[in-house]
Parts: sequence; structure tokens; C-alpha cells
Amino acid sequence: MQLSGKVALITGGASGIGRATALLFAREGAAIALADVNADAGRRVADEIAQSGGRAFFEPVDVTRAADCQRLVERAIRELSRIDILFNNAGIIRRATVLDLTEDDWDRVMAVNVKSIYLLSRVVIPHMQKAGGGIIINMASGWGLAGGAKAAVYCASKGAVVLLTKAMAIDHGPQKIRVNCICPGDTDTGMLREEARQIGEENTSFLAESAKRPLGRVGTPEEIAEAALYLASDASSFVTGTALVVDGGGLAGSV
Amino acid sequence: MMRLENKIALITGGTSGIGEAVAEVFAREGAKVAITGRNESRGHAVTARILQSGGNAIFLRTDVRKAAECQRAVDETLRSFGRLDILFNNAGVFFPQTALECSEEEWDLQIDINLKGTFLMSKYALGPMIAQGGGVIINNSSGWGLVGGDKAVAYCASKGGVVLLTKAMAVDHGRQGIRVNCICPGDVDTPMLPEDARMRGLDWKTYLAGCENRPLGRIGTVDEIAKAVLFLASDDSSFMTGAALVVDGGGTAD
Repeated sequence: MQLSGKVALITGGASGIGRATALLFAREGAAIALADVNADAGRRVADEIAQSGGRAFFEPVDVTRAADCQRLVERAIRELSRIDILFNNAGIIRRATVLDLTEDDWDRVMAVNVKSIYLLSRVVIPHMQKAGGGIIINMASGWGLAGGAKAAVYCASKGAVVLLTKAMAIDHGPQKIRVNCICPGDTDTGMLREEARQIGEENTSFLAESAKRPLGRVGTPEEIAEAALYLASDASSFVTGTALVVDGGGLAGSV
Repeated sequence: MMRLENKIALITGGTSGIGEAVAEVFAREGAKVAITGRNESRGHAVTARILQSGGNAIFLRTDVRKAAECQRAVDETLRSFGRLDILFNNAGVFFPQTALECSEEEWDLQIDINLKGTFLMSKYALGPMIAQGGGVIINNSSGWGLVGGDKAVAYCASKGGVVLLTKAMAVDHGRQGIRVNCICPGDVDTPMLPEDARMRGLDWKTYLAGCENRPLGRIGTVDEIAKAVLFLASDDSSFMTGAALVVDGGGTAD
């Protein structure tokens, strides 16, 4: 097992990539602190881990609130005694051009996708420093490296995540804290179906679009979770400040 | 559970440094490995060590600049092991030179081994991989394939070429079930590093001190790079293609 004895804190852990990562990390021996705004689904994931013999708790958390982040970290330290891995995975999308985007939507996307990383990292890092090191993984996106149509605030937020990752890697590398991000392409999650709804398209249009990419399909949450595992494990001990692209070749070029 | 059980891997430049470490990690994970290189005695030393640990390995003396030798390396691998699942294009050379200092011969040598060798080996490996329904190609690029470095004109050009050759091949062959990715290591503890220090006229201590002002404050080990290559070679990276995996202790983060 690659994460034996480790404790991982995962935000947005109730569904999609966060859920798949929680299940994989638990299978690899880690105890999991799960956070999400969706309490019912979050508890189900924690139960699922417990039923398979793993260790996990769920805490209902709005990662845009400093007090919630503080409470989550305190509980993790109290119940699991340490935090080795922080996976800042919580995220939302609003598909709109700047003309169609409301200011409230701008603020909300930036708060969930970017500010939450700052709020949570600043409470977790002191514990990692005391423990002599740690690993932070941030969820960026292929759209944090290249632009996309009707995705202004999402692109802005994910571009910010990529560079926040590099800045934190520089600041905290000397304290043996590695900070990396993942840039997934379209992945089979609830967010992808939500995107389809927002731009008034059928799910099938996303599948048709993905067929034009090198691997000709969308990814699975489990495939993104494997990338998170690589970054969370000692296999990546010399990797920091990078953006790991896991997108079936979507950014490599057009077929 | 071994992660490359029953896989066949071909590794160029497998007689030392990163190539040697990858050959050993792949063998430990269950793969049969064919390694190429130009130094016969070092090549046989690597295969002997793998055989002694219960693995299976062959050495194929190959100059990756020559098409016929690349074709023969692929043919010999197929003849010995029956298929080819993983190609690691790793052979590379480096001379620290500005454009003013680099001779035409030295330019050709670096471009031909680092970049053209990757093209030639891939060209001959792709046919059998496509015929068997898929495969994985991993190219060894460099942090200096993404950003420029001092006194490294031909090396930077060759490694930048490797990054985009990787993406182009990923686009062409994704539909055939072939994933193509590259790694971009920072300074790593290989024979290439003290050789670079020597050619730059720096003593080893001064050279290493220059590596300390990076986020992780140290150079990498060949094992750390081998683990990145293993990740790209295994099914754990099944949705990755056309990517450049940076393994550099944060050297290119700023």
C-alpha cells in the first residue's frame, strides 16, 4: 500500500474525482478527512470507506468560509492526529462569457475554486511544517493552461490555481512541503453533466467533442484519482510546482 | 502486485544513469527489458544484474542515430520477447555551449541522438505496437525542453523538439491505443551531471551549491525519475497522453 499510515484531507469529497480519490487513498492505507457542502453524499462516502475497513470521517464544510476551514483542520488533527496530504479538490463551474456572467457568479467561482485553497492551506501548512513535511495537491484544469469558450471565470480561476501552486511550491519547498496541481480534461463527473445543462446541450455533445481528441473519450474519476495518488505518494518525491496534465491528449493538439 | 507484469520494454541509453535505473525498476515490476547503448561492457553489466535478481533482460548495441540499427533493436526485441509494449526513448548527450562555442559536429551529435533518435526508434516501434493493439512511448526530455538554460543551445533545441514531437505523436497515434508522453527532469544524480560540471570548469561542490537555491534544495536521484517513468508506463496513467511530466524539485516553478 502506497499511503500506509498517512492522513489525507480531501475537499469536494462527496462526489466525482474527490470521491474516487478518497476511495483510492483509503484503499492505499490512508485515513481520510472528507469535506463537502453536500452532507448526505459526503457521509455516504465516509460510510463506504468505513465498511471496507478503512478510516474516515465526514465534516460538512463550506470551503469559502475561514471558520469552516479552521474547524475542519482542528477536527482532523484531533481525530486523526496529523495531516500528511491536503487535496484541494472542491470546485464549481459557470459556463458564460464575461458579458453573460453576473458579478455574484464571478465571486462565487473564484471563492470556491481559488480562495478556498488559500484559506485551507494557511491552516494546514503550520501542521505540516511541525511534522517535517507534507503534500498539497490542488485541482486545476486543462482550462487553467488554455482558454475555452464561455468559460471566462472558470479559466481565470484555474489559471490562478496553477500559479498559486507554483508560488506555494517555492515558498514551502524548503520545509519539505511539495505542492502540485492536476489539470484534468473532460471527466465523467456530475460537473460535466452540469456544464452540459448550463450551456443547453445534451450530454452527448460532450462525448462527440471528446471523440476528436487523441484518446477519443472522456476520462473516468478513477483515472484522475490515480494521478492524485502519484502526486500524494513518495513516487513523486522530486516533483513540486508542476501541473500534471491528465486529459487524454486534449491539450497536445487537434486530431 | 507487480505493475508491469508480462510487459516488454525497450529502453535506449539503458547502460547508465536514468536508463539503467528505469531498466531495473521495470524489471522489478515484472517487465522483460531490452536495453540499448553504445558501451557493450556497461550494457552487459546491467543485464547481468537484472538476470541475477531473477529478471529477464537483453543488451542490444545500438547507435540511435542510425535507422538500420534502430530497426534492428526493435526486431531483436520482438524476436527475443515476442512483443513490444513500452518504448523509453532515453538516450541523450549534452555539451554546455553557447551558439558561438558549439561546432556544427557537436550540434548534429546532440540533435541526432536526443531528437532524431527518438523519431527513429518510435518510427520502428510504432508498427508492432499498432499491430498488437496499443503501447506506451515515453520520451526523456528535460526541464530545459521547457525553459532556456545557459550554455545549452543544442541541448535546449533538442529537448524542446522532444516535447513537441511527443505531443505530435500523441495526436497521431492516440486512436491506435498508443499513449505518448515525456518526462522533464531537472538536475539528477547521473554521470551527465559531474561531466557538465567538469566541462564548465566548476568543482563538484560549487556545482551542487548552485542546485540548492531551488524549492526542494537538492538534485534528484535516478530512482525518483524512474518512478515517474513507471507511472507513465503503467495503467495508472491510462488517461494521459501528450503530456510533459516535470520532475525537477521545483526548478522550473519560478
